[in-house]
Amino acid sequence: MRAVPRQQGNWDWRAAGNFLGGGAGTGLLLFAALGGIAGLPVGPIVLLALALIAGGLGFVWLEIGRPWRFLNVYFNPRTSWMTREAYAALPVFAAGLAALWLGPPMIALAALCALVFLYCQGRILRAAKGIPAWREPMIVPLALATGLAEGGGLFLMATPFLGAAPRWALLAFIVMMLLRLGVWTAYRSRLIAAGAPQETLAVLARTARAVAILGVWLPLLAAVAAFEVALLAPVAGACALAGGWWLKFTLVTRAAQTQGFALAHTPARGAGAAGPGARPGWTGRTA
Amino acid sequence: MTRYVMVADLRRCVGCQTCTAACKHANATPPGVQWRRVLDMEIGEYPDVRRAFVPVGCMHCADPPCMEVCPSTATRQRDDGIVTIDYDLCIGCAYCAVACPYQARYKVETPRFAYGEAPTESEAQRHEAGRIGVSTKCTFCVDRIDSGVEQGLTPGEDPEATPACVNSCIAKALHFGDLDDPDSNVSQLLAENQHFRMHEELGTGPGFYYLWDRA
Repeated sequence: MRAVPRQQGNWDWRAAGNFLGGGAGTGLLLFAALGGIAGLPVGPIVLLALALIAGGLGFVWLEIGRPWRFLNVYFNPRTSWMTREAYAALPVFAAGLAALWLGPPMIALAALCALVFLYCQGRILRAAKGIPAWREPMIVPLALATGLAEGGGLFLMATPFLGAAPRWALLAFIVMMLLRLGVWTAYRSRLIAAGAPQETLAVLARTARAVAILGVWLPLLAAVAAFEVALLAPVAGACALAGGWWLKFTLVTRAAQTQGFALAHTPARGAGAAGPGARPGWTGRTA
Repeated sequence: MTRYVMVADLRRCVGCQTCTAACKHANATPPGVQWRRVLDMEIGEYPDVRRAFVPVGCMHCADPPCMEVCPSTATRQRDDGIVTIDYDLCIGCAYCAVACPYQARYKVETPRFAYGEAPTESEAQRHEAGRIGVSTKCTFCVDRIDSGVEQGLTPGEDPEATPACVNSCIAKALHFGDLDDPDSNVSQLLAENQHFRMHEELGTGPGFYYLWDRA
């Protein structure tokens, strides 16, 4: 029986899909709200954002062991962030669908509700005490920041259908990208400082290279260039989306090592003396 | 009040896994599911190597993270500290499994049997369809405790009111009892020995103590 942390096997790509869809859908709704205020025809974009969020929740439905009891998810709003996420999704769909008839103010309301939904998703991860990479408090801003950057990326991918990419959208996208870069860097620094399973840090180190190239520098360069060459806006968006989704997929399916087991002291056996503690598979202090 | 806890004397445990087998027998858990496990830990590097056998499982925490995250309220805590799962409420989301720092929870998606797809006679009799697709874990043999207490027996002292793993332990390494009773076996063991709880820094208040040396 292994005492070292190992990749959790309870949440797979289906659970990751919820975080991918929820984050990108929320970000896209926010950009759609800004686009609506700017007078752009964003109805299809709102529908796409709602479909992403619904798709993510659908993936979760596929993962649960008793799918026909899904309404039981609403039973614990007092302490469960999963229940709160389920409640938060309701006004997102209500306002989002109403926005198709009532216009930009309702899109803005849907985007606000979606931000609450995305916050709940971040808190879901943070409350998972068994997974050191998730319970790190910076996971909440990371979920928010990367979701908004992914949504901005999707919006830029849709700009060919709206005419040229608006300058405000490029600027907002660049701000979101820088925000994601800052939060991602802070998240990793805090995880390293606090101590974490060695495998978690190794996976994140390998991922960081891909995220830096695909999810940060390429989209940033393309977004800056898109001020002059509009065709590069969708490229910037696609890179940002791919980088963000890869990051979150990794966080759920590859960097989610369990706590493992630790001893504060090794026992005195027979005539021997007690010894120091141990925390196999961890960086930093022992126990 | 009553607070049931388990105490494992790491000096005595020999890693025989009798508790593991007793648990499987008592609770009819399928292959791959071990509510009671004993870790075989090697610590240090040659020539300074130590070995410890460490019983683990649900710690029946005072502040259980599994209960906090459970969206369906299937996971609950009794007044005596035992953390339970209502299999009829659980949706099988496994959020509790990722919230538990002790890897104590299991979810089995399809029936599993020891020898292929068909159950043995014993497995056929004891298979519980209600446990498929939901979260399961150690219950501290709560049915035995409740039944024993109803008969006026004392959990931890009378075998009929004591978890199967504790009853089976060949080295008297595992103990069970009421922490709130200063005269109980577990209270006395904790008073007479140095002890720790695993991952105490996470604030879960585990109800599982490890003895490692004399006080």
